[in-house]
Amino acid sequence: MLTQKRIALTVITILVLGLLGTSLSVGASSHEDELSGKLEIFSWWAGNEGPALQALIDLYEENYPNVEVINATVTGGSGVNAKAVLKTRMLGGNPPDSFQVHAGQELIGTWVAAERMEDLTWLYKEEGWMDTFPDELIDLISTEDGIWSVPITIHRSNVMWYVPDNLDKWGVEVPNSWDEFLEIAPELEEKGVTPLALGTNWTVNHLWESVALDVLGPDKWEALWEGELAFNSEEGIAVWEKLDEIMEYVNDDYSSLSWQQATDLVVEGDAAFNVMGDWAAGYMSTVLELEPKEEFGWAASPGTDGVFMLLSDSFGLPKGAPHRENTVAFLKLLGSKEGSDTFNPLKGSISPRLDSDLSEYNVYSQSAAEDFSSDRLVGSLAHGAVANEGFMNDFAEVMEIFLNSRSPERAANAAQAIAKQNDIQ
Amino acid sequence: MLKKLNWGKLVVYSALVLFSLLYLMPIYMTIITALKHPVNISLTTAWKLPGNINWGSFAEAYNTLGPNFMNSLYLAVSATVISAILGSLNGYVFSKWKFPGNEIVFTLVLFGMFIPYQIILIPLFRVLRQLNLYGGIPGLALAHIVYGIPITSLIFRNFYARIPESMIESAQMDGAGFFGIYRRIILPLSAPGFVVVVIWQFTQIWNEFLWGITLTRHSANPITVGLAQLAGGQAVSWNLPMAGSLLAAFPVLIIYILMGRYFIRGLLAGSVKG
Amino acid sequence: MQFKSDKIVALLILLPSLILVGIFVYGFIGQTVYVSLTDWGKGAALAKNPEMNLIGLKNYGELFSGFLNSRFRQDLVNAVFYTLFLVSGALGVGLILAILLDRGPKGESVFRTIFLYPMSLSFIVTGTIWRWLLAPRGGINRLPTMIGLPAIGFRWLNSRQSILNFNWQNLPQITAIVVGAAFLFIAFRQWRSGLKKKGLLSLIPTLILLLWALWGARFTPEILPTPEQHGFNLATIGIIITAIWQYSGYTMALYLAGLRGISEDLREAARLDGANQFQYYLNVAIPILKPMTMSAIIILAHISLKMFALIFAMTGPDNAETSHPAVLMYLTTFRANNFAKGAAIAVVLFVMVAVFIVPYLISAYRERRA
Repeated sequence: MLTQKRIALTVITILVLGLLGTSLSVGASSHEDELSGKLEIFSWWAGNEGPALQALIDLYEENYPNVEVINATVTGGSGVNAKAVLKTRMLGGNPPDSFQVHAGQELIGTWVAAERMEDLTWLYKEEGWMDTFPDELIDLISTEDGIWSVPITIHRSNVMWYVPDNLDKWGVEVPNSWDEFLEIAPELEEKGVTPLALGTNWTVNHLWESVALDVLGPDKWEALWEGELAFNSEEGIAVWEKLDEIMEYVNDDYSSLSWQQATDLVVEGDAAFNVMGDWAAGYMSTVLELEPKEEFGWAASPGTDGVFMLLSDSFGLPKGAPHRENTVAFLKLLGSKEGSDTFNPLKGSISPRLDSDLSEYNVYSQSAAEDFSSDRLVGSLAHGAVANEGFMNDFAEVMEIFLNSRSPERAANAAQAIAKQNDIQ
Repeated sequence: MLKKLNWGKLVVYSALVLFSLLYLMPIYMTIITALKHPVNISLTTAWKLPGNINWGSFAEAYNTLGPNFMNSLYLAVSATVISAILGSLNGYVFSKWKFPGNEIVFTLVLFGMFIPYQIILIPLFRVLRQLNLYGGIPGLALAHIVYGIPITSLIFRNFYARIPESMIESAQMDGAGFFGIYRRIILPLSAPGFVVVVIWQFTQIWNEFLWGITLTRHSANPITVGLAQLAGGQAVSWNLPMAGSLLAAFPVLIIYILMGRYFIRGLLAGSVKG
Repeated sequence: MQFKSDKIVALLILLPSLILVGIFVYGFIGQTVYVSLTDWGKGAALAKNPEMNLIGLKNYGELFSGFLNSRFRQDLVNAVFYTLFLVSGALGVGLILAILLDRGPKGESVFRTIFLYPMSLSFIVTGTIWRWLLAPRGGINRLPTMIGLPAIGFRWLNSRQSILNFNWQNLPQITAIVVGAAFLFIAFRQWRSGLKKKGLLSLIPTLILLLWALWGARFTPEILPTPEQHGFNLATIGIIITAIWQYSGYTMALYLAGLRGISEDLREAARLDGANQFQYYLNVAIPILKPMTMSAIIILAHISLKMFALIFAMTGPDNAETSHPAVLMYLTTFRANNFAKGAAIAVVLFVMVAVFIVPYLISAYRERRA
């Protein structure tokens, strides 16, 4: 009888200790390996963007051979899945050492507002970055309280892609406004060509911002985000009306295509144009091995010549990063000329630094860099520069309302409502 | 009469064969796609057998998913063992040591089996964080053990209910207590119960996704999360996710084919009233 | 004496499990309900100690009648259709397979293995495989070309078509009519079984509900400012087929166990009564399978009401056409940072599941007590 009780007690003790033990051992290890030399970088760079990241990691490991770099990639276009995973990790008190985030409100509205990031002003001063990055860009990643991330790329959102030979064959020219596009679109359709190639969900948002930039112009575009122009104003509705007209000329299977597949439609001659960020240049030249300017051409999306709608990938320093020293070294590399010029030519983006060595870059990037230094710079919505994540997520629902109802007024009213809800208006 | 019977048989067999083809079609497609070279995969020739076989897909899939595979193995084995022990003890108490309110308590425990896990997701990771278990395999294992209590207790309870009371009573006469009875009577008869529970829990844990994606950091991702990411990337060549699917399906398929009888028993146990 | 202390040991052994279930099931459900009544999600939602204020049922109000939450309402409609079709599809196919196997054809165990193997796979694996099978220009759609027919053009996972549409504003009336019809049915059955008075009593709620739905509703305010159409999205068909493929083996196993349980005597008796095979199954076997059907409905309904992984693997989290409240909960919580609303969606899902499960558990409890 006594032995039985003892066994009972032992079993219970073992169970309890077992549970406690596992928790303690994990707790201990995550503190101890602070100095053990790891660096976990969290991003959504995979596919053809993967090699660029790998080159950067190789460079880091060359400089710091004792640090083991963990490349935590969560795939999914524009980081849709990655952001959700990142959030659970941050909430779980398990931040990666550094994570990819779109520079601007996506970082500030979520992570800076939650006081989860370290101010990097000291790093900017130490590395002399205040002068190497353009002021507008530093403004975008700063609040009154500090500078919050290190930008590594610049991409342009408002670009229209085409195949020059095909346009000649069909006898059309690159439209200078969406109205011009709407004029030539019926001709193209008669020839059995889809006028505009479009892809899944977020690429429609991407198209929306290019259309808005044409309809509103850069001043009113910025006024939207400063709360000075209502989304359901006359101009605001006009954007949706224009989009509604354009949607008549897109491929009808758009919701089943990835952005690459939409690009493929243009390359294969099934469609005439595609509006996509300039990562499409990287895809066409690296993956499809096409010659820029010869086999594919580009222009600012209709009506937006002289305006550069930018987005930027950046990395920050989360509070409580397990390997802070390693992260700081990584951020220094990201901001350096060497790091920037290693990464960007491979990814097909341009460097945010004003002193980058353009000879390393391809034909497209050289032209983009030229525009970057001379154009008016505005931020992108679809890629996190101008609006917080709450708005961006809700905007996807607004787009769904629009695609289902095709009612510009409803969409504009919905957009205004979510702007209010997310403290933009 | 004889003729009629043959007609009936013909209908039955042709229906069975037709259904079999339908059920095997996806696995056929998976295997042939996994064995193709990426350049040979096109939508129009998707059904054709591969011209030259590309075993490399599997090596490549294992290179990517290997760590996830091992994570899932550690997770499923450890959580399954603890689950089975807990379930056996609980089932023993619920069936042989009935206490006042026994049935009510059992019903309340059983309820935990049916809740949609979204309802506990937010508190779950807050608690795991407080326990310092967030992000790793032990935390995920804890979740699987706790939410496995209802089903494992149910299976063992129903299993032990068939052991006649008279055996217990006579053992008690011989002076055996709680553990004595468990060791001398219950445990030796438990083998099939353990097999059913182990197979069931292992399959469930191996296949789980929602917790895997919300409760683990990258290095601790289970195979389902790894596969979802392998297949979710956009410009993918389909041989890789298909090879990955086979890899992720391999352990459970083996168990199923070798021990299908027990698998079915677990399946039915979950739905036959306790 | 010894017996008593053994009882204490038994309880001590059980106690850790009970405490764990108490906290992890009931405690957590309580906490989620609490979060759903707050405004956690505004401003610095991801701060270490986020600000939370109780705001009552506002989140629920927004979900069901807020201008912006139409996706939730469509998801809810999707969940109902997923459940309806998965349950009826799996039951139907499973029954056919079980009847085919009931007579013990040669190679029975091989066939059984084939029909049941999908059940052992993860939703992620099945989803990945079927996404490839249902690709718009390949897979299933190309099957007819093998016998010279034109390819199918249907977009199993991406169709934007929707049928059986109804206006969400009419939901109260539709609910009233459905509930009224249910009462009418009860009244009819009571009448027929001789309870004439009770039957007449049951007619009263029927009349009230129908009258209100057809006439009175005009005077109550609309739940939405503008009409909003919801219906059965055809893009969900691909996912439904996949789920049926995966689960019909389960219903087959369940039904087969039931059919095998029918005594040879009963079968013989039916034959002597002159029943052919068809009549035997229809009139004798299927009624006996009723408890199996109930169990299968419970299990399948609760699975389809929390379906997340399959949709995630097949169409991704962003495809609103095929979405489900379980997917939306994940997005609302972890992407839009709106924890309170995510919790509210989880509670709605929970209530829907509980509607199935609680009566089932209570009846099981009563059976055990009896």
